[in-house]
Amino acid sequence: MINIEELKKKALERIDDAKSLKDLDDIRVNYFGKKGEITFIMQSFKDMAAEERKELGKIVNDARQSIEEHIKNRYEKFNELVLNEKLKHEAIDVSLPSKKVGIGHYHPCTIVFNDVKNIFEKMGYSVVTGPEIEYDEYNFEKLNIEKGHPARDEQDTFYINEKVLLRTQTSPVQARVMEKGKLPICIISAGRVFRSDSVDATHSPTFHQIEGLVVDDNISFTDLKGTLTNFAKSFFGENIKTRFRPHHFPFTEPSAEMDVSCFKCGGKGCRFCKNEGWIEILGCGMVNPRVYELCGLNKDKCQGFAFGMGIERLALLKYEIDDMRLLYENDTRFLCQFD
Amino acid sequence: MKASNYFLKYYVKDLDVSGKEFAEAITLTGTKIETYEKLNINLEKIIVVRLDKVEKHPDADKLVVCKVNTGSDVIQIVTGAPNVYEGMLCPAVLVGGKVAASAHDHDEHPNGISIKAGKLRGVESFGMLCSIDELGRPADLYGGSDGIFDMSNLNCKPGDDAIKVLHLDDTLYDFEITSNRIDCYSVIGIAKEVAATFNKSFMMPKMTFSPKFSDKKYIEIEVRDKDLCPLFSTRFIKNIKIAESPEWLKDCLRAVGIRPINNIVDITNFVMMEFGQPMHAYDYDTIRGKKIIVKRANNGDKFTTLDGQVRELDNTMLTICDGEGAIGLAGIMGGENTMITDSCKNLLFEAANFNGTNIRLSSKKLGLRTEASNLFEKGLDPNNAIKAINRACALIEDLGCGEICEDFIYVYPDENKNVNKTIEVSADKINSLLGTNISPNDMKKILDKIDLITEISNNNLKINVPTIRKDINNYADVAEEVMRFYGYDKAGETIPNLKISPKVLTNKELIENIAMEIATYNGFNEAMNYSFESKKVYDLLRFKPDAIERNYITIQNPLGEEFQVMRTQLANGILKSLATNFNRKIKSAKLFELANIYLPKDKEIKILPDERKTFILGGYGKELDFYVFKGYAEEFISKSHVIGKISFVKNENIEYMHPGRTADIFVDDVKVGYVGEVHELVAKNYEINTKVYILQFDIPLIIEKSNFVFKYKEVSKFPKSERDLSMTVPKDITVDKIENVFTERGGKLLESFELFDIYEGEQIGKGLKSVAYNLSFCSKDHSLTAEEVDSIINKIINGLNSLGIELRK
Repeated sequence: MINIEELKKKALERIDDAKSLKDLDDIRVNYFGKKGEITFIMQSFKDMAAEERKELGKIVNDARQSIEEHIKNRYEKFNELVLNEKLKHEAIDVSLPSKKVGIGHYHPCTIVFNDVKNIFEKMGYSVVTGPEIEYDEYNFEKLNIEKGHPARDEQDTFYINEKVLLRTQTSPVQARVMEKGKLPICIISAGRVFRSDSVDATHSPTFHQIEGLVVDDNISFTDLKGTLTNFAKSFFGENIKTRFRPHHFPFTEPSAEMDVSCFKCGGKGCRFCKNEGWIEILGCGMVNPRVYELCGLNKDKCQGFAFGMGIERLALLKYEIDDMRLLYENDTRFLCQFD
Repeated sequence: MKASNYFLKYYVKDLDVSGKEFAEAITLTGTKIETYEKLNINLEKIIVVRLDKVEKHPDADKLVVCKVNTGSDVIQIVTGAPNVYEGMLCPAVLVGGKVAASAHDHDEHPNGISIKAGKLRGVESFGMLCSIDELGRPADLYGGSDGIFDMSNLNCKPGDDAIKVLHLDDTLYDFEITSNRIDCYSVIGIAKEVAATFNKSFMMPKMTFSPKFSDKKYIEIEVRDKDLCPLFSTRFIKNIKIAESPEWLKDCLRAVGIRPINNIVDITNFVMMEFGQPMHAYDYDTIRGKKIIVKRANNGDKFTTLDGQVRELDNTMLTICDGEGAIGLAGIMGGENTMITDSCKNLLFEAANFNGTNIRLSSKKLGLRTEASNLFEKGLDPNNAIKAINRACALIEDLGCGEICEDFIYVYPDENKNVNKTIEVSADKINSLLGTNISPNDMKKILDKIDLITEISNNNLKINVPTIRKDINNYADVAEEVMRFYGYDKAGETIPNLKISPKVLTNKELIENIAMEIATYNGFNEAMNYSFESKKVYDLLRFKPDAIERNYITIQNPLGEEFQVMRTQLANGILKSLATNFNRKIKSAKLFELANIYLPKDKEIKILPDERKTFILGGYGKELDFYVFKGYAEEFISKSHVIGKISFVKNENIEYMHPGRTADIFVDDVKVGYVGEVHELVAKNYEINTKVYILQFDIPLIIEKSNFVFKYKEVSKFPKSERDLSMTVPKDITVDKIENVFTERGGKLLESFELFDIYEGEQIGKGLKSVAYNLSFCSKDHSLTAEEVDSIINKIINGLNSLGIELRK
């Protein structure tokens, strides 16, 4: 009788000694092939008595199982080695430059506009737009800037003809909204405006404004202050302080300019804020009753505020850009810095 | 508007703050300080000295050694100035003190120069005698001498503080005056604001005088053009004595940068500063016919102004004439023929009021802007002019420079109409507008102190508004005055209580957002270009003379030729921007712009033009070609949920595009854009020596064609069957013909197809190309059998065959 234990022991040793996947395959054939040793033993079972077969069968089966398992383990080990070899071979230089996905960038003015817009949209404001080439009537007359007012001097305004001009402000959109006569009004209007300023580091004949208008029957100056202080904190940071200074605009009364505490020095005074500790951000005020009249609203039933700011100015401040001309040059190395 | 602390204190005697504290407080009540400057900055230990002895330096020809009396001591100072003499009083800085650097080396010594004891060529010197320049003041305001400043004529003695004697212990403020506060273009106007801000009392200057004689006919005034001259008033002064002004007056003028001339000129300048009212002084004896006529000039009239320039006038300009001709340009400048000279004996003062707009236009046409025209063009108050002319006479009397005639001759047609107005408003209305709770009494207190005298009855305010406050017309104006002195900072902060309905994004906003996203996701940076450009760009873009794009809107008063017309295309902007990048040697650049073009609707632009939002993408670089840009187009169209059949149709007729590499983009039969390579000649015109690609969409048309209301399409859970078709195609058949066959014959089981190879070459045969497609078939409810797919493929092949296309074996 063949010593099964001996056979098993030898088989396991041979498996351990196998040097390659081919060795392992040879071993498998040697034991489990058609003429394999285990196959031979199993075939010899049919000549045995049932009792003997059962006893021997169990032993052989155990041996077969452990040999097969051993082959399998060994096989996996070999595969792992081969795989490791392959992976090692596939190694790359991870310090090589990336293949750029190259997502483009919005213009800094768009980014600032979106930031401002998002803040006001969260407060419930709707965005409205209007024509860039506008009637004198909307750009000036309905906003209490009558003929002969210095603000509409040819020096400042580009005219197409006597009645049509390039809007000098986004406020005509406010006039168009008020004219519709539906209260409450809670809008921001934004867009391109034009003034006859020669191109230099701080002037451009084209720039962008964003304006707001809130009108109902009971809106007050304290509402204006609260709204714009909220805006300033959202835009510049929670620690910013605001200051409202009396000013003058033809379409608001009382009027104010809002300064924010210098975000570089915190208000102590530095070069950035010209030692004032404050930086001028926007103009605002309570809509002048005369404007309600001019836009066909009942001046006794309307009370509201308006404000407006220059987007380029905010962008220059936010990113500390020292020359406005960079905004219209479109050098991709400049543009790709903004997100 | 400039005013100094010293000047302001004439009217607000108790003003006790200056510098930063003053600037902050007055800014918060609405008169913003732009800048302020302490005149004695960098000046330390500077006293008046007397030069007791002036001797030659033993070793230097250009130096002198002075024995200097400091009032308590005699010290030795060496100086190089040639104008010193024994007995001279002058300023000296003592050892340990400081002087300002003179104007030409100020940048080197921004903090002044410290003075130490030293030796000059072996002789000890214990200080420095000073020029006016070294005291930080412009020499031309002090007679122009650049030697040691001579104080011998001033009321001072050795040991006095020279800074105090020269009134340099002063601060000069530059105020930003808002356009509504015409009254604040005067020291008095500002002084009133100052008094109210600091709760001090305000005192008007003396405007009374004792006339010496009467002459009811010293002049006859005729105002012919009353629309341009609401007031013309005169005063007559006899036996004038032209002399220097007293130091206090000169120092007031010098502090604000006006050079003292003589008492008469100084008085008119001083009163102009005080009241914001320009005045003019004529040599009375040169006025012909003792007559003044105010009238418009005739076209072509010539007139010599007192600066010696000959001016050509037109019939819109107002002149002051005497019996024979013009003697002044109203509100702008007087004439050479009647100007005050040293020999002048008698003078006529004019204080008038002119139409501001007319003065502005005339001054602009003449290219002549003066202090006077700058003030008149703001639109002044006639009543203030009368105060000013009386003030000038009071000064004439005080300075003893002439005899004033008792008679006041003037023309003032609306004298009875130009009176104080009354505004009535309830305190509640003001509090409602401001969101405050200020008592009527507190409002009255505030209004009274700025000359808005107020009566209260039953919570109602009745406010008397003086004519000089042209800016106060309604309750909101009154509310602002209350708020300014109550304090903008004292008002609380609240949030409006509004019933606002939620907003939804419009299709326009959605499409614009998609455009921005598609562009940036595909690596385009956002560009911004001006809306106006030169007409010449239409030549650069090779537009034909009759091209519709040349139908642009022209700006009447452009900044220059390069900003003259409103753009009708965005190609120029994007090409110009790409050129900037190319010239700077940037290897590849992709830019987009989403902006308006302006298309006129009528010839005269009586109605507003069509402002079309246009989306343009442009780029150059080796990774780009037509098909990459076509891909961007498809992505945008797909994301925009455009409904309809999309086709790219070759267009050979876009002037600035490559005729063989440009396609119009159609949705059904509507052209929504184009894509292609820029014409080589145009790229050259922009100095871009490489291939440039452009893709452009008309946003309004895309909005029209898009629909964001849609239902999802079921996705099959069964596997796809794929077939490759490799075919030989006559060269002139474009692949869209093949794809039409697929879509027409593929039925709903054909899920998609994709071109994976296209080839032309000898082995294919002349006039032929090889095209290979991969087709995917799928059913929603079962796995397709080979037979099902084959039958569709056969149908497709039949269709292809009819186009002359053969399958490759």
